[in-house]
Amino acid sequence: MAPVTARLKSCPEGPPKRLTIVLNLFMPVILLAACAARAQMPTYSNVGRTPTAEEIRAWDFAIGVDGKELPPGKGTAKDGAPIYARKCARCHGATGEEGPLMRLVGGKGTLTSMTPLRTVGSYWAFATTVWDYINRAMPPDEERSFTADEVYALTAFLLYRNGIIAESDVMDAKTLPKVQMPNRNGFIPQRIEEIPDARKRGCRLGHCP
Amino acid sequence: MNSKQSGRRRFLKGSAALAGLAVGGIRSASAQALDSGTSGTGSQDPHVYGQRSRFETSARVGALGVYEPGPNGPTRRDLGFRTPLQDSIGIITPAPLHFILSHGFETVDVDPRQHRLLIHGLVDRPLMLTVEELKRLPSVSRIHFLECNANGDPARAVRRAPSATVQQTHGLTSCSIWTGVPLAVLLREAGVQKGASWLIAEGAEQDFHTKSIPLAKGMDDVLVAWGQNGEPLRPEQGYPIRLIVPGWEGINSVKFLRRIKLADQPTMGMREISKYSSLRLDGKGRWFQFEMGPKSVITRPSGGQRLPGRGFYEITGLAWSGGGAIRRVEVSTDGGLTWKDAQLDGPVHPKAHTRFGFPWTWNGEETVLLSRCTDERGEVQPTIAELATFWRVNVDYFRSVAMIVGHFNAIQPWKVIRDGSVENALYS
Repeated sequence: MAPVTARLKSCPEGPPKRLTIVLNLFMPVILLAACAARAQMPTYSNVGRTPTAEEIRAWDFAIGVDGKELPPGKGTAKDGAPIYARKCARCHGATGEEGPLMRLVGGKGTLTSMTPLRTVGSYWAFATTVWDYINRAMPPDEERSFTADEVYALTAFLLYRNGIIAESDVMDAKTLPKVQMPNRNGFIPQRIEEIPDARKRGCRLGHCP
Repeated sequence: MNSKQSGRRRFLKGSAALAGLAVGGIRSASAQALDSGTSGTGSQDPHVYGQRSRFETSARVGALGVYEPGPNGPTRRDLGFRTPLQDSIGIITPAPLHFILSHGFETVDVDPRQHRLLIHGLVDRPLMLTVEELKRLPSVSRIHFLECNANGDPARAVRRAPSATVQQTHGLTSCSIWTGVPLAVLLREAGVQKGASWLIAEGAEQDFHTKSIPLAKGMDDVLVAWGQNGEPLRPEQGYPIRLIVPGWEGINSVKFLRRIKLADQPTMGMREISKYSSLRLDGKGRWFQFEMGPKSVITRPSGGQRLPGRGFYEITGLAWSGGGAIRRVEVSTDGGLTWKDAQLDGPVHPKAHTRFGFPWTWNGEETVLLSRCTDERGEVQPTIAELATFWRVNVDYFRSVAMIVGHFNAIQPWKVIRDGSVENALYS
């Protein structure tokens, strides 16, 4: 294939760029991707506005697996036990094993059985997910009412009850993302970077039955 | 704000005050028609807002049954509601009959004047849009199915029973014409930065449902939709705006959409790492399965119906695939011994319900009716035995395992008994 020089006329919003590219079957895809990535100016004037940094901070409470977004605060399982008893036990059971809704503790050794119990301890891959969901959604009808300290304490309590950390271990923005979950390697694909690749997900064609 | 006293409503109001604007998702009791010049929405006069004939009673049924109240726990309503596919006509599901799956949460009463969509993260220009601003952008209308990944789950008692109807076996799929702005348009406006590979979508329901979607899909065919079958989204479908992620597990099509964050990795939210991963008997979970496979089902005759006697019947049903358009549907009227091509009743849209028909004269003898489809990539709907092979289990596993089995797209057999009654024969 001969190298050609192409002008990206198909990107009206961007300044024209001269690029040397190799013509191949994937060229249309490359051009489209270039349009997406190289957009310099919005196409539609005065539609929407720029949010302030404060607005974004107020809306953006998602916590990723690296825990970069975790706020200051700390807590231990000991701190979490009374909060759990007051706010969580009614749905998840006195020890977290009983339910009736979403059992959070136990289930070790059940994943290969006909009655698998997928709890924080037996199944969840990331401790940060525990923090994120408590902070985002708990308790029902009082969502986002826990302080950061309370969320750290409740997360520590569930990790302790599942035998993952000690009762006095302090969970904070530094320690929580470092917690190794027992089932972290129990997923296909194991590496997060491989998830978008259908073959790595074990799919036939695009579909994973 | 005083977080000890704050519920969700207080939080939203607090952050709204902080941000200097009202935030979408407030469960306002005062949502009114936008234009005070329009008629009141409460009118019962069918000349003002039409109603179906009093002889028509087709309805959704709540049948998910996973939000059971405990002895001392709070009672939470079953908010899984299934579409009556046995009554389906053509390929479009009327919005009032579209299936609902809300993970146990009540529908949020969102005032569209207050609702905002925030696009931020790895973008050159973070954007805050009102619903009216979204509607100023170029829009498209696309016919797509939405299907819950647990549709057809083979282990539930009601699914296994001979008495199961097609609503109980397959009612967590529906198909609509969705109108909205392509997400790619919004992402271009925001200017996606190099290094972004995922988008994280978030809804304004009670638990701020969150879902990670690869950016390539977002640039492909995802819509930010406000219209469904020629009218605004119904509240239980995510009014005023929702994501439509064609062909993928319904959980990706985030309702009450409030935020899209561009990121370099998925957020690993509660649902995507737990309930929506597919655990296999070897103990390995498959997460992020995304695409729904090719599936078809005969809707008439189907479970619970009764043929009044021998003679001619048009067999009709629906086929769909997350992999694209349906290319072929075959029907067997002899329990799978022979297969013949069914007629596809166009138009055939990619990632949409496709209606098929097959002429059949019943001789009055017991038999089993089956359908199987093939999509444009050549993938064929599997038998339950083929699925078992893929899962490395025997067929009995699907009947016995105490877990929701997602992505179950096996061929559905309906047994016609000599008295004309039709039964679910998945395991016979």
